[in-house]
Amino acid sequence: MTGRGLWITALIMPPLAFVALFIVYPIISAFAYAFFDWQGLRRGDFVGLENFHTVLFVEPYRSWTINAFKNNVIVFFALMVLQNGLGFILAYALWRELPGARFHRIAVFLPVVLSTIIVAYLFKLFYHPLFGVVNISLRGIGLDWLAQPWLGQSGTALWSIIIAQAWHMVGFPTLVFLAGMQRIPSEILDAVRMETESEWVKITKIVWPLVAPSATIVFTLLFVGAFNWFELPYIMGGLDGSPFGSTDVLGLYFYRTAFGNVSAGQQDFGLGSALAVLIFIFIALVAGVITTRLRAREIQL
Amino acid sequence: MKKTTIRTGAALAAVLVAAPAFAQDLTFWSWRQEDRAAYEQFIDTFEAANPGITVKFETFEAANYNTILSTALAGGTGPDVMMVRAYGGLENVAVAGYLEELTNDSVPALAEFAAPALAAESVRADNKIYAVPFASQTQLVIYNAEIFAANGIEEPQSWDELVAASQTLKDAGVIPFANGTATAWQNETVTFGLGSSLMGKAFYDELMAGSTDFTDERFTGALSQVAEVAADYFPDGFIGLDYPSAQQLFASGMAGMFVGGSYEIANFKAQNPDIQLGLFAAPGETAEDEKLVGLYFDGGYAVNAASPNKEAAITFVNYLASAEFGQAFADTLSNISTIPGVTFNDPLLAEVNELNQSSIPYLMLAHFRYGEPSGSVLIQSEMQKLFAGETTPEAIGEALTTGLAAWYEPFKQ
Repeated sequence: MTGRGLWITALIMPPLAFVALFIVYPIISAFAYAFFDWQGLRRGDFVGLENFHTVLFVEPYRSWTINAFKNNVIVFFALMVLQNGLGFILAYALWRELPGARFHRIAVFLPVVLSTIIVAYLFKLFYHPLFGVVNISLRGIGLDWLAQPWLGQSGTALWSIIIAQAWHMVGFPTLVFLAGMQRIPSEILDAVRMETESEWVKITKIVWPLVAPSATIVFTLLFVGAFNWFELPYIMGGLDGSPFGSTDVLGLYFYRTAFGNVSAGQQDFGLGSALAVLIFIFIALVAGVITTRLRAREIQL
Repeated sequence: MKKTTIRTGAALAAVLVAAPAFAQDLTFWSWRQEDRAAYEQFIDTFEAANPGITVKFETFEAANYNTILSTALAGGTGPDVMMVRAYGGLENVAVAGYLEELTNDSVPALAEFAAPALAAESVRADNKIYAVPFASQTQLVIYNAEIFAANGIEEPQSWDELVAASQTLKDAGVIPFANGTATAWQNETVTFGLGSSLMGKAFYDELMAGSTDFTDERFTGALSQVAEVAADYFPDGFIGLDYPSAQQLFASGMAGMFVGGSYEIANFKAQNPDIQLGLFAAPGETAEDEKLVGLYFDGGYAVNAASPNKEAAITFVNYLASAEFGQAFADTLSNISTIPGVTFNDPLLAEVNELNQSSIPYLMLAHFRYGEPSGSVLIQSEMQKLFAGETTPEAIGEALTTGLAAWYEPFKQ
């Protein structure tokens, strides 16, 4: 080997070893864990696909899996509208330099900087049934019948947490869309202005197609985020997805299964790993499809 | 930063390698970080009486203690003596063979312990004892004595009196019960803290004998009575009220009663040193029905079966089972020691101990946390449904019985 080749090898080997040891190895071992029977933290016999079969087809795991997955799907579509949809509208308003745009640019992005834990506790207080600002405001304007125990009802709990998440993260898609809009060449915009006065035409025919790369990024990230969602439901709903599984998502369900919670006292790494593998495969596949499909509609300028 | 980590790691490794060299050094693991000072004191007493044995007390975060302990035991680096949980939590480590069996020969004091306490630290399959139980907890009703006196309320003797007392408080503008059920495990506390006497000892005995299940009317009837009281006398929107908020409502004197464990007493006194507390077992239907509290055991002290210092460890565990230690434990930590013959200076503790004489086990923890789905997980979510009006007590009985049938033999038919 030449000196140059040696030099390159010496430079590449350490990071490669690092990646192998800390990224590839854990992923592969998590895969391997899923194929064994576990007694607490002691590995038992090789059981093949038994763990996968259990989490997908055996009660009570089956209904827990379906319930958590269903909630993740709701979260994904709800955030698609509340976070990405709203983010696009906000970005457009900021880009058009409506009055106060500079202030709002900061205001919209500020919650993103806050720690998730702070946001979770803040909204938990907002939703407090007795002293929460939401219920107090509703009672204050005479809408007593609208004051609810927001986090205690199956119909409102998940949506309350989704709204907290949307408030927290709406600044991120806004920023990405805004950056995309600012990259639209001014000649194109001038040309449009000659053709039409309508904002609607401008948005649908020019801006939306031209920010396609930004849309690809925020859609994919939202998908991955929605199916890995953990912090907010953990703090606001608890490890059990209180009340009765209404706020249970795959992240919480995986944690409970693998590491146990106080009320169950059982920990099963095999079932937990099987769940983790299924979540990983699902996210990787769908995210791959979303990315290639969305890439195809991007226009190179 | 990195250097310190490496150095600490090297030091730890050195200690682990060198450990067997000092034959009489014991390590003692615990999840009670808040009790460190008290335990150091107990250990000093022990070391003074047993020269040649030293004990090193190490604590770990409570929530992750089980995971840390089982990892260490599986890797062969476990402590000589350790705190272990009770019931299902004990079985996780004991069945894997990590714990030394304790007998009346090795720990003679065990012969005097109450049977339910020993059962909590035994494995069901072989009835062998693996730990010296250290404390019991009681699910009951705690009340604000000043509020009760101001409204002329006595401790209720029957369910009707409990309802009447709650109504009096409500009319006086005081929240009768502070409890909220948004935090899942609080549902179980409320159910058995209020409902144990309604269910009754006969129901418990028959359930254990396998001659009845949760569809029994005594059980479902108790659930519906608990739910009625909750609907009328718990705070507005209690299904969205979490555990810390409920504690604060009571500690701040805004509510008259709190259904909870005896572990709340210390906490309420810490939050509000002026509060005057009283205790009672939630009554049954009539004044003649036996008043029962829900009783369970927290954990125990166990010996590592692979410990190189087993003899010294057994000596130490014998001390932890002694009346002398039990008394010091009760006085310093304000806990109900399980050691027979301990007396309680604190009047509230003495009263808890008194109430414990008439009890049934805290049902789901003591008997139904050995498989998935656990009885606790089921009752918690089902009660949340009941409080939200989305199920009936009869449906809960059905759901519990069929759910537990997945692993509980007597229900498999």
